[in-house]
Amino acid sequence: MTTVLQRFSVVLLLLLLSAAAVQASELDSVIETSFKAKGQAGLERLKQTDQQAACSGPVGMPLPDSAAKISAEAQASIKFPADGQYLGDWEAGERIAQEGKGMQYSDKADEPNGGNCYACHQLSSAEIAFGNLGPSLHHYGKLRGQSEAILKYTWTRLWNTHAFNPCAHMPRFGAAGILTEQQLKDVMALLLDPASPVNQ
Amino acid sequence: MKIKFAWAIGLVMAISSIIPTLALGEEDIFAQYREMFGDDNPAELMELQGEELWKTPGGPKKASLEQCDLGLGAGKVAGAYAQLPRYFEDADRVQDLETRLVWCMVKIQGLSWDEATANPFSVQGQSTTKMEALAAWIAGQSKGLAVAVPQEHPKEIAAFKTGEKLFNYRAGPYDFSCATCHSQSGKRIRLQSLPNLAEAAGAREAYIGWPAYRVSQGAVRTMQWRVGDCARQQRLPKLKFTSDASIALISYMGVRAAGEPMDAPGLKR
Repeated sequence: MTTVLQRFSVVLLLLLLSAAAVQASELDSVIETSFKAKGQAGLERLKQTDQQAACSGPVGMPLPDSAAKISAEAQASIKFPADGQYLGDWEAGERIAQEGKGMQYSDKADEPNGGNCYACHQLSSAEIAFGNLGPSLHHYGKLRGQSEAILKYTWTRLWNTHAFNPCAHMPRFGAAGILTEQQLKDVMALLLDPASPVNQ
Repeated sequence: MKIKFAWAIGLVMAISSIIPTLALGEEDIFAQYREMFGDDNPAELMELQGEELWKTPGGPKKASLEQCDLGLGAGKVAGAYAQLPRYFEDADRVQDLETRLVWCMVKIQGLSWDEATANPFSVQGQSTTKMEALAAWIAGQSKGLAVAVPQEHPKEIAAFKTGEKLFNYRAGPYDFSCATCHSQSGKRIRLQSLPNLAEAAGAREAYIGWPAYRVSQGAVRTMQWRVGDCARQQRLPKLKFTSDASIALISYMGVRAAGEPMDAPGLKR
């Protein structure tokens, strides 16, 4: 009897596993056949990283079990500026924050990417065309100052925000190579420089 | 007809020049703008073209599309769009309107699939394409009818489920999925309001207005164009016209929009 039951459960398990595999491969084959490479966007972009897969649950689902691991890996991925200088030029940072182009197949690959910060965040009070997918960053530096801890925290947020918010919506501007170190410094200055319009 | 066309172009130019200066009240302004138009939408011109194209013999077989079965029987256009995408036995596939039109161009008019899918969308300054005109007219023939995308055939159910997974599928250098921008209510990119497609109310409101006349582009844009352009902004490779992924995403939205009266072609920024 036990063996029959054991056999039955093995068969059931195999069936369940193969059903799950079929489902997964169905999605994979739909994705595989539905896109074509164009401009700078190659087909390799469709392949999910482990983190992207873990963060692709249905809307409203709790964080995946791997959330702590995602944060730890993100934390470990942070590359702080080699020269210890965190703050660049806020005017250059404002231009980066305004620029929406970058990495779309319709964008030129040899031009610098924008940060498109205003798409989702309020920053300078002069710019009223800001989105609200992310929190307002108006007065970001005025409220927080420029301590070492704040510099590192802000840099981490820009580099790979999953260090603090696993499965956050925001792109990993440093870790994914969207912005260069110098561009990140300029955006840092936009956020933290007392002279920046963000802090007026 | 000519006077109406000139008038529409004039309005489009006027609105295009306003767009860059729009501030927080953009949605209000467009609501007013739509009201001002009343039932008049520049897409009407494309609808007229679409009706004519439907009836005009074309392709190597010199046949019109009038015998095309959009799901309710050969040649029956009224109400068909509100029930698409759906499973078609002859194709053994779930097809949305545009894919079905390609199918009919191939089967009835004798075009190759490549010919029928080449350049479906107009580029800036170009005149309306055959696909855009046909989509505008056929969608218009479902105006006021409740969206009823079927979920009976296993492939229709599978398309919905695949669509839901694709909606949440994060990928590419920016880690974006559809849900990144379309799973919360009251959100905007810059000043552009984002429909919350994860909720039935948002899906309904968004779905019923496509195809739509896009004022900023001076063109009718179809649902295939809409999902394709989202993929571009997600930093993904090009979503192929009539691909299974595009049909799955349209199915996902269409099923969630069930019961809402169609109101396309819409009028959008």
